[in-house]
Amino acid sequence: MTKWINGEGPLDDIVISSRIRLARNLEEYPFPIALTNEKSKEVIKKISDAIINGNTALKDDFSLIEIDKISDNEKQVLIEKHLISPNLVETPQKSAVLINKDESVSIMINEEDHLRIQCLFPGFQLDETWDLADKIDDILEENIQYAFDEKIGYLTSCPTNVGTGIRASVMIHLPALTITGYMDRILQAANQIGLTVRGLYGEGTESEGNIYQISNQVTLGRAEEEIIDTLKEVTKQIMGKEHDARATLLANNRIKLEDKICRSFGILTNARIIGSKEALRLISDVRLGIDLGIIQNVDVKTINNLMIEIQAGVLQKIYGKSLSANERDIKRAKLIRKKLNLNKE
Amino acid sequence: MICQKCNEKEATVHVTKIVNNQKTEMHLCEECARKNDGIAFETPFTINNFLTGLLDSIHSSPIKVDYIKTTTCSKCGMNYGKFKQLGRLGCSECYKTFNEKLMPLIKRVHGSENHTGKVPKKAGSQIRLRRRVLNLKKELRRAIDKEEFERAAQLRDEIKLLEKDLEKSE
Repeated sequence: MTKWINGEGPLDDIVISSRIRLARNLEEYPFPIALTNEKSKEVIKKISDAIINGNTALKDDFSLIEIDKISDNEKQVLIEKHLISPNLVETPQKSAVLINKDESVSIMINEEDHLRIQCLFPGFQLDETWDLADKIDDILEENIQYAFDEKIGYLTSCPTNVGTGIRASVMIHLPALTITGYMDRILQAANQIGLTVRGLYGEGTESEGNIYQISNQVTLGRAEEEIIDTLKEVTKQIMGKEHDARATLLANNRIKLEDKICRSFGILTNARIIGSKEALRLISDVRLGIDLGIIQNVDVKTINNLMIEIQAGVLQKIYGKSLSANERDIKRAKLIRKKLNLNKE
Repeated sequence: MICQKCNEKEATVHVTKIVNNQKTEMHLCEECARKNDGIAFETPFTINNFLTGLLDSIHSSPIKVDYIKTTTCSKCGMNYGKFKQLGRLGCSECYKTFNEKLMPLIKRVHGSENHTGKVPKKAGSQIRLRRRVLNLKKELRRAIDKEEFERAAQLRDEIKLLEKDLEKSE
């Protein structure tokens, strides 16, 4: 059960998930980029010992996955569920990840830094997410000497992460702002106060499925709580703007909007072949339809699940075998029909 | 830096490949890079180049810095030229080795060069205390600006107490 996909969170109509990632390094070892395979294994052992073999409250909750011991599809699944980054699998002999049972915490080992502690919660709850990340960081620190400098804070392989090493982010669904063409302006405004907005699927500002990630850029000179507060404030403002844009769309183009949403629902519940891009786009319409009460009998949780399950890796895992692109499109359509036509098939 | 392919030789080539929108980055030795098919020997424009490119514009004095003579980190063997290429440092010691060049970059990226956030408990209560005092002083200034004098008095007392603790422990 992946908490962020299956759980419920506050304000999860617009904010899909909240994430905190902390970058940390061990004092005694060179950063992963300069580590041999042998030394990398030592680092993996040190970190996993600190969690699993240490006498901590966490030990029964976590399991270690060594990247070179899992199949390519399993790697793909972890990436699609946002539990690891694509970077982690590029050096499989050197890297590993510790994941807890509800998959709300994943500790990547030997990605760009020795440690990337990631906490991922459903909905808009950055404070809770930070509390957990902070706690896990404390527990790790009991057994590990971190690379830390009094002046510039936690030392990281890339100087853009130095200081707090924190990257706080929200995954947010902004269909109305996208339709009304406001995203560019939001992007620029966010940039000016040290935040980045990018499309989650697709390149640059283009976003398949109208899902964006907002995160802090600056990691030094502000305390973690300040960084999180800024992100929270900006997210709230963007949510407000999204609500306004939705209200405007409803007021001026209600029938057109209903038509678009219901057509998308119609395609999803009837298509026999569908690609992931098209599916993401239509799922976004349905999500909006649910938020606006235009579509009933489908809940946001189902939509969150679909968003992940239609991706190649997870899809192949569900069907238990590797599929060609064509087969995937057919299976994907079948899966979506099954999930959305709750009473029919 | 060690080659990601043979894991033996020194990596001197940084390869960024984009195939079907999938970006892969590798650090290879020259031999492996040559063997690796489809790689043209040219410097790709990456975010790292861009980032480290900032370094040059910071140091754009009439005299060009000679990178060949740059120091090498004694702990991991990283040098400035490689950092420029990779955008990654090799170890914690690099921050000391390249301090003079890194600090302007860090300041430019973050708008600050002083960490004010979390401090590991092990690094000693000293740092925590000093930082707490600093933060309280900032808060005190804000309270005074806002004319919240009751709060300011509280803060002042708290600062005094903490400073006493600091003196004792030193």
